[in-house]
Amino acid sequence: MEFVLLPTTAIYTIIISIALIIGGIWASDNLNLLPAVASSNAPIYDELFRVLFLIGIILFVGMTALVVYSLIRFRRKPGQVGDGLAIEGNLPLEIFWTAVPAIVVLFVGLYSYDIYDRMGGMQSLGQNSHEHHSMNTEEKIWGGIGSAVKEAGVENKSPMVNIEVTAMQFAFLFNYPEADIISGELHVPVDQPVSLRMESNDVIHAFWVPEFRLKQDIIPGQPTVLNFTPTKAGRYPIICAELCGPYHGGMRSTVVVEEAEDYQAWFNKNSKKAEIDL
Amino acid sequence: MSISVPPSTNKRSASLQPQGWLRYFSFSLDHKVIGLQYLICGFIFYLIGGALAGAIRIELTSPISDFMPRDVYNQVLTLHGTIMIFLWIVPVVNGAFGNYLIPFYVGARDMAFPRLNAVAFWLIPPAGLMLISSYFINGAAQSGWTAYPPLSITTPASGQIIWIISVLLLGGSSIFGGINFIATILKLRRPGLKLMQLPMYCWAMLGTSILVVLSTPVLAGTLILLSFDIVAHTGFFNPSLGGNVIVYQHLFWFYSHPAVYIMVLPAFGLVSEILPVHSRKPLFGYVTMVYSIMGIVVLGLVVWAHHMFTSGTPPWMRLFFTIATAFIAVPTGIKFFNWVATLWGGRISLNSAILFSCGFIVNFVLGGITGVALAQVPFDVHVHDTYFVVAHFHYIVYGGSVFVIFSSIYHWYPKFTGRLLNEDIGRLHFLITFVGFNLCFAPQHWLGLNGMPRRVAEYDPQFTFVNQLSSVGALLMALSTIPFLWNVFYSAFKGKQSGDNPWQALTPEWLTSSPPPVENWVGEAPLVVEPYGYGKSTPVTDSKKPIEIKEGL
Repeated sequence: MEFVLLPTTAIYTIIISIALIIGGIWASDNLNLLPAVASSNAPIYDELFRVLFLIGIILFVGMTALVVYSLIRFRRKPGQVGDGLAIEGNLPLEIFWTAVPAIVVLFVGLYSYDIYDRMGGMQSLGQNSHEHHSMNTEEKIWGGIGSAVKEAGVENKSPMVNIEVTAMQFAFLFNYPEADIISGELHVPVDQPVSLRMESNDVIHAFWVPEFRLKQDIIPGQPTVLNFTPTKAGRYPIICAELCGPYHGGMRSTVVVEEAEDYQAWFNKNSKKAEIDL
Repeated sequence: MSISVPPSTNKRSASLQPQGWLRYFSFSLDHKVIGLQYLICGFIFYLIGGALAGAIRIELTSPISDFMPRDVYNQVLTLHGTIMIFLWIVPVVNGAFGNYLIPFYVGARDMAFPRLNAVAFWLIPPAGLMLISSYFINGAAQSGWTAYPPLSITTPASGQIIWIISVLLLGGSSIFGGINFIATILKLRRPGLKLMQLPMYCWAMLGTSILVVLSTPVLAGTLILLSFDIVAHTGFFNPSLGGNVIVYQHLFWFYSHPAVYIMVLPAFGLVSEILPVHSRKPLFGYVTMVYSIMGIVVLGLVVWAHHMFTSGTPPWMRLFFTIATAFIAVPTGIKFFNWVATLWGGRISLNSAILFSCGFIVNFVLGGITGVALAQVPFDVHVHDTYFVVAHFHYIVYGGSVFVIFSSIYHWYPKFTGRLLNEDIGRLHFLITFVGFNLCFAPQHWLGLNGMPRRVAEYDPQFTFVNQLSSVGALLMALSTIPFLWNVFYSAFKGKQSGDNPWQALTPEWLTSSPPPVENWVGEAPLVVEPYGYGKSTPVTDSKKPIEIKEGL
């Protein structure tokens, strides 16, 4: 019996594992769980998400199946007496399942480091943008990731659009210093890198655009920087993600990503300096 | 000359205690009474915290803020978080089961410091009542359970100050308990009982208590500084006076991340007690389980900044905390594989205790997977502070710890009362809780990924349907308490007599009468060298009368 049972179990295990992996790949490719892609950051994020989802779904379904199978297969049948097998451990097995999470975690860590680097996380912020700020005041600027210079900047030599963001209970103000524009909506040109220098007037807020897959807290007394390159024209919500008071849920704005000429038109129309020049 | 022998202090104090149900309202020094005080008190706060969660879910059935004023909504979510963490899960998985079980497990007649133990418990009801009463005084705190400044400095001061005092009292209670557990486990062990023969819950409580004693004082210090900022207008965390808000976050999470392990490590210990009994198999991989717990304790202390990836954290710090956090999955993974291996090849009774424990495994695996994902900085910058995180941590603390609390109540109820809970109602309770919980929290992953931030009273109308789905799940969770409460009350009087050891368990608390006598054992405590010796023919204790294990249940 033993000789017959063991290989059958092994074959079943292999078949089930393969089915699980194929199912996981199918699910991670076909289930669309994320909003629209609108920044150079987002496709990289979605790639990471798919890999994490694939690993996660395989582990979760596998563990759940093991638990449910054990409960059914090893349930106490009527009339059954006595204890289970007195197995107290199995060193090779335990080494195996120490190694499995260790390898998975190591892989996920290295992979997400690569993603982090591709998103521009390892570049020091405040060097390629806002130099006037850091030179003047020697303030330390901390930032989010997502300058995406590595991905987008290779072919994209267009100048960085610098915008200053002020957050307060319960609104965002966007200041375009070159043109003296102060706007409640964020207007940015498509395919051009944007750098936000953000500061809060009162409590901690956060700047989040789900379609950009980016978030950065806006902190009083501590400027932060968020760089991104929008890639798709459209209107996307800007959401405050840090509890900031009673109207926190209503603290929203819109980022309008426009084609370069539309953006220029908006910029010229609102620019106060331009008027003076005329 | 005659020497009068003073009566044993323990006996005298026991005779001074009120008897019967009155004991539970007294300054009792009996660890079993204190354990049940923790449990019942915790459950009352669980019902209050649950009602607050219900109010949140009612508000969120519509995308506009229409059920309660916005500032009340923030008070409700602050109270919900604070009550569930500090008054329900932490006191119950540590205080309730720790006090009841640890003296049995080490072969002692009580905890090391019975009076400190009673003080630790009696700090909880006043702190809890004070916290809730702040709502009626001038409004409760409304800056979330995290109380980030400057919001906590600028919202109405009275509620925030009462919140701080309550949390300080509860933290003090926690520290007293932690010291007591460490002393009891290390110093009150019955002679001959080796550390590596202790039931796994002892190891879990030793690890947890180390975390409590190391990290809770940091929270206390931080909250005292915060209260200075509020009442004395100092500037520790107030940026307009030169303070730094990020420092508060570091100090706060230095406690509050370990607090997650303070809530789940004891649950890991309890599951390790329950699974072997009901699957009639030894706990798989005892030694690796012990090292896993200690690994989680060490790693748990150095991962706090993963809560701050969007706070303006320098890149090196993000990388360090990503790696440290992800590696907690290794010892945690070992524990889960070992539990499944404990089930494998057993003779499993499909009762309420095992169902809740297995529900815990399934829920916690999902919470752990999303946890590893959240540890990755590039993943976190999108979903941080969204409903994805809300779903994640409810899978950990509700799907994890609360499922284990229910499992433990079904398992140890006969020990507490001498009667069994009704199994059919118990299985119904499990079914409604499991379905309701997953219906409530699984959809929230999608909400977070697609743009719904947490702690909001109003949201984008595109999320209405999924929020309503989640609220239906919450309703089921609320309903699930009805069969449970009925079961607990009915069975206390009319439940089937359980006898001393209804599960034929080998851990020491079952080797005495149910409920146990005041000092736990008539005569000497048994020396249990193999608390998980199921399926073995050799005697597991040194007792002259080996425990009779009936064939079958």
